[in-house]
Amino acid sequence: MTLTRRSLALTAALLAGGLGLPAVSAVAQELKIGLSSEPSSADPHFHNLTPNNAVARHVFEPLIFMDEFQRLGFGLAQSWKVLDDLTWEFKLKANVKFHDGSPFTADDVIFTMNRVPNVPQSPAPKTSYVRGKTFEKVDDLTIRVKTAKPEPLMLNHLAQIEIMSAKAAANVTTQDLNAGKGTVGTGPYQFVEFVPGDRYVVKANAEHWGGKPRWERVTFRFLKSDPTRVAALLSGDVDIIENVPTADAARLSKDARVTVSSALSNRIIYLHMDRHREDSPFIKAKDGSAIKNPLNDLRVRKALSMALNRQAIVERIMENEAVSTGQLLPDTYAGTSKKIKIPAYDVDGARKLLTEAGLLPAGFKLTIHGPNGRYTNDTKIIEAVAQMFTRIGIETTVETLPPAVFFTRASTGGPNRTPEFSMILAGWSAGTGEPSDTLKALLGTFNPQAGTGAANRGRFSNAKMDELLAKALATVNDQQRNALLAEATEVAMEDVGIIPIFFPKNTWAAKKGLKVTARTDEYTLAMSVAR
Amino acid sequence: MLAFIIRRFAQALFVVVAMVVIVFFGTNVVGDPVWMMVPGDATQEQVEEVRRAFGFDQPVYVQFFRFLADIAQGDFGRSYVHGGSAIRLILDRMPATLELAVVALIFAVIIGLPLGLFAGLKPDHPASRAIMAGSILGFSLPTFWVGLMLIMFFAVMLGWLPATGRGPVTTFLGIETSLHTLKGWQHIALPALNLALLKISLVIRLARSGTREASLQDYVKFARAKGLSPRRIVGVHILKNIMIPIVTVLGLEFGSLVAFSVVTETIFAWPGMGKLLLESIQRLDRPLVVAYVMVVVLLFVTINLIVDILYSALDPRVRLAGKSE
Repeated sequence: MTLTRRSLALTAALLAGGLGLPAVSAVAQELKIGLSSEPSSADPHFHNLTPNNAVARHVFEPLIFMDEFQRLGFGLAQSWKVLDDLTWEFKLKANVKFHDGSPFTADDVIFTMNRVPNVPQSPAPKTSYVRGKTFEKVDDLTIRVKTAKPEPLMLNHLAQIEIMSAKAAANVTTQDLNAGKGTVGTGPYQFVEFVPGDRYVVKANAEHWGGKPRWERVTFRFLKSDPTRVAALLSGDVDIIENVPTADAARLSKDARVTVSSALSNRIIYLHMDRHREDSPFIKAKDGSAIKNPLNDLRVRKALSMALNRQAIVERIMENEAVSTGQLLPDTYAGTSKKIKIPAYDVDGARKLLTEAGLLPAGFKLTIHGPNGRYTNDTKIIEAVAQMFTRIGIETTVETLPPAVFFTRASTGGPNRTPEFSMILAGWSAGTGEPSDTLKALLGTFNPQAGTGAANRGRFSNAKMDELLAKALATVNDQQRNALLAEATEVAMEDVGIIPIFFPKNTWAAKKGLKVTARTDEYTLAMSVAR
Repeated sequence: MLAFIIRRFAQALFVVVAMVVIVFFGTNVVGDPVWMMVPGDATQEQVEEVRRAFGFDQPVYVQFFRFLADIAQGDFGRSYVHGGSAIRLILDRMPATLELAVVALIFAVIIGLPLGLFAGLKPDHPASRAIMAGSILGFSLPTFWVGLMLIMFFAVMLGWLPATGRGPVTTFLGIETSLHTLKGWQHIALPALNLALLKISLVIRLARSGTREASLQDYVKFARAKGLSPRRIVGVHILKNIMIPIVTVLGLEFGSLVAFSVVTETIFAWPGMGKLLLESIQRLDRPLVVAYVMVVVLLFVTINLIVDILYSALDPRVRLAGKSE
């Protein structure tokens, strides 16, 4: 593989994405952005959460960037080489300066990688991205990474880690960083202030290696309530809002004062089915007596998937702010399958399968559980699914719970800390920008020691898929790995490990004259906003 | 007086302890905070690590004793989500909430009192009927709906006032406030009005019934017979007498303005502590919820105390020492 050519292509893609290319005529101007969720800290390694990562990207930069489609490109690294299956070498960009004027070197990378697992009181550390990797300095602008086992996701992991200054951030705490002490990065914007509950402010870093950024000052306001966020845009309080409510998206796109842009998100909304019990607690015969768990029968799982009118859910409930699916990630991503079709809506076919499985005409009772308020329109979606299941003879009831309660019970609410429910609706986003994480966590055989099946709340298990996935995760070659991942996805979908429903869209609305490049990873970045 | 104050604070302490115990164990029953903290794609391994790091792998009573031991050392707990001291986080946001509540209270008095007085003095006037009908609306319309309508009308359609947020903050005599600038007042006008709406209606009703009752009293008749000007009769004699129930009720209501400004703060993106509480409950951030309860209980007790003292100033018959008990 010629690395240089690939690198060039990646750089070009990245520049086209608008991450690195500055505006030619940068006029002094302020950009005000309304965010739907608030970062919990200005410390980039404290809480691995979308809003935290998104604001951190302005101030700090990782070695590897992800563009708006989560394709990989160069950040602070200038090139990489795979020396052998267990060793990677990275050349760093020269002449990059931190906001305090000190140069960026290999020492900062080593410092950062040592800091990541040692952030006190971190509710969601980024430790897993550096685990099993040893970082060594070769010279000031070269580092070498040794891994315990082949690590094909090296670049995806490094893309999650923002480089901090060894000098400015030595011995600073998360509280110091929130207050601006040591909040010094190499990014296009410099930290100004973080007022929890109110705003996060950055200003242009004129010395940025990519050129002077487009905006003089960027203020992120935290506007959690949906109608408030829309009103703030319409009244001119902010220039851009993220996460446009589905009910308003259609109306706003017709409004002459507003430009709407959207991208498919890397999040999948799906149904998980109980596969680890012979008598599932929320499945009963219509007279209330116990029956054998029908979800262990492939014909039943197929019938359920066929009973879903995904298009109706997308059109009526999501108001077209979503796209229906039959697999785990939109097929613009690497490692997805071109062969998987969206299961066709077929009530008669579904009834036929249930009859073959001996469940019709008797039918059975099922309760679907889900969170209320975790995902857009979650309760309405579950209600629609329940109606569709009822149509094929499964008397379905719905129970939604506050997210905090739901996830606890769905993960460990049953006896011996097993999942409690028979069927749940949940969502999953693929932060690494490829399907291996999703396959591993949602569909891999549950095994806490091996780290597989972490979110496998149905305890689905398929030996062939496990084998393909394990093989993929040990394959450093991109093409071979992606083919294996696609095959693993096909196996899991054929066995209906989960029932995929749709990918929601991430939607931004901007004042006329501004253009937001929509991103699949839900990050709202000032770098993606052009005039 | 001093004995009275000490006794009040002893009672407060008891309430605080009781509330902390209830909230501490209550939040534990609700769910597992780990699932609210880790990102959606966390592995089991990450979840277990976080669980250990925060001590959630210990039984609840062990966690509770640890919590008590920390309090004994002056540490009231750190927010799981934000990492900082929970009390500090709340106190940082308290000025914004207090400011909003105080302005709302002022709105309630300067709008509600004159309208109520008028309605009480001229009960059959058409304007009085309109005022009373309006006060029913003020009671019955949901705060979030009114808030959105205010935003739609004044911010989006007319563009007179900003829709969200707090104006620039300056420090005056050690108090952080946004009320020193015109911009600050523009920002606070809508949320304060929204928060005050219910209280305005309350004051109107209290003032009206008080006025109607007082204007039939002998001392008012006597003052009129003596030839005092109507302005003096209303402004001094009636007003002073109807103020007692109003001050009592507003005192109690101030506590609820502070504690329950959640809805208004969320709609107007006001950076106060009500919004913080709502988010903390959703994320099961136990230390923050516990700290919030402590702060609010203390606040309520303090307000009640101030009301009692004001009360004795307005009505000399009230004695705080409690000799008549």
